Amino acid sequence: MSSPEPEPILEAHGLVKHYGQVVALDGVDFDLYPGEILAIIGDNGAGKSTLIKALSGALQPDDGKIRLEGRDVHFRSPLDARKAGIETVYQDLAVSPALDIASNIFLGREARRRGPLGHVLRMLDKGRMRREAARHFAELQIGIQSITQAVETLSGGQRQGVAVARAATWARRVVIMDEPTAALGVKETRQVLDLIRRVRDRGLPVILISHDMPHVFELADRIHIMRLGRRVAVVTPKTHTMPEAVAIMTGATRTELEQALTKEGE
Amino acid sequence: MTTTETTVAPERPPRRSAAERLRGAAAAPGLGPFVALLLTMAFFSLKSDRFLQAQNLSLVMQQVMVVGVLAIGQTFVILTAGIDLSCGTVMALGQIVMTKLAVANGVPALPAIALGILTCIGFGILNGGLVTAVRLPAFIVTLGTLNIAFALTHIVSNDLTFSGLPSQLLFFGRTFRLAGADFTYGVVLMLVLYAVAWYALTQTAWGRHVYAVGDNREAARLTGIKTERVLLGVFTLAGLTYGIAAMLLVARTELGDPNAGQTTENLDSITAVVLGGTSLFGGRGSVIGTLIGATIVGVFRNGLTLIGVEVIYQYLVTGILVILAVSVDQLTHRRRT
Repeated sequence: MSSPEPEPILEAHGLVKHYGQVVALDGVDFDLYPGEILAIIGDNGAGKSTLIKALSGALQPDDGKIRLEGRDVHFRSPLDARKAGIETVYQDLAVSPALDIASNIFLGREARRRGPLGHVLRMLDKGRMRREAARHFAELQIGIQSITQAVETLSGGQRQGVAVARAATWARRVVIMDEPTAALGVKETRQVLDLIRRVRDRGLPVILISHDMPHVFELADRIHIMRLGRRVAVVTPKTHTMPEAVAIMTGATRTELEQALTKEGE
Repeated sequence: MTTTETTVAPERPPRRSAAERLRGAAAAPGLGPFVALLLTMAFFSLKSDRFLQAQNLSLVMQQVMVVGVLAIGQTFVILTAGIDLSCGTVMALGQIVMTKLAVANGVPALPAIALGILTCIGFGILNGGLVTAVRLPAFIVTLGTLNIAFALTHIVSNDLTFSGLPSQLLFFGRTFRLAGADFTYGVVLMLVLYAVAWYALTQTAWGRHVYAVGDNREAARLTGIKTERVLLGVFTLAGLTYGIAAMLLVARTELGDPNAGQTTENLDSITAVVLGGTSLFGGRGSVIGTLIGATIVGVFRNGLTLIGVEVIYQYLVTGILVILAVSVDQLTHRRRT
């Protein structure tokens, strides 16, 4: 209570995950603060995906703690994480192409009519779902012709826009974006990057996993650098340049944090 | 809170504009099949004076009712990107269970019907269980259960035909007159089932999930839909519709026939679904289209008989029909992706 520092909304301490002989996470720490975009970078095999899967409930760490708003949480499935207010956007456009935009936004969480039509006959409230989906699209400034368009009629960028809008609609605490632009062209990537910023500006903290350093440095408030299953540094675009961050990521520069961790391990 | 680049999109009106509605109607599922139905009917009415007579059309509907009800279950399964090859023989088994219990075992009509329907539901659960728990393709599972149901039909019936059925078993074959034509209660039941299936598929969250599972199963799972429960439910409901179809078959033929439902009904149900515009790739289609598709199949069989085409050529024609319809589906699918 006495500390003026903001509390992390999501944090992890000493997460460990083994795949047989392979150590994917070697006691990684993590923290995410309200209202920020935190980028996670690291070479292939550094443990980015494993960390994200642990935070989004897709796998259970062997050891360590995850805390959401100061309370210990144990996600046994992505559904658990979602119930706790953490939504994930995947790189491979996880949408249902034949269904329309509004149906995709509400898929798995459909709104029913009020009164006996909804309770007894389980009737969908299509009007309400369309109105709310349209409102979210307007707020996030995603340009589409109509909320009743089938998703397959949209461009790749717009489709990812649907996935991001769905996450932003339902996330109460955190949005995780796992390489959201990996499958997109240049112009479409730009649209999605702007969209990520608008999600943050609406007050939701974002975890962004990306390989693309210019994008990371453009968007991120802080950058969490993974190497060999550990967090070796947290930098900001103000304190470090891109080559410096890459040097830390590849192990060319040993950070104090990493040296301390190595000593501890010996 | 303040970004400089503000190209604020105008608030979208949630109501659909007239132009959108019109476009929606033009692309409405069922329109293409409906045109095909009208063309087929026009063709046969030119070839035969008797075709358009009320008496003949009510006969077409009676012929459609069994395949029509089978095709409801088949639609559910195909929407999830599966297929059910066992529907015809499962129906045949249900029909034998009903009639044998009622005739040879002296079971009252209603429990006999219920047990026959339960047998079909059991096969639905078996199909769905194997597809979800063992993760086998529906094609292989139902090819297996097709043969199991076929064998059981002959074992249970001892290859005997059951006739002299109690009148309650024949209820849905009875007719009433309306506007100069005879309708069976079975046709009414079929239309009611179509209405219920339409409601479930288009107006409930469960229906959305059926489409979503067939469209992109992984995406559906990631949104939190319990895809296996949806699949199991779909196969179980399909079993229920085969049971009801068995009851209608008994009422129409007034027999329990171990040789019923082995080839024609099986293929016709799939033909009806595909002619009705439902994609074999899953996720697209409608049960209203299936009703039209089933009617097209019925009109073809009736019309070909009226103009004196031998039964064996009817097989030829339905075979060609189903391949044509599947080809159209394949070509449009390729254009989409």
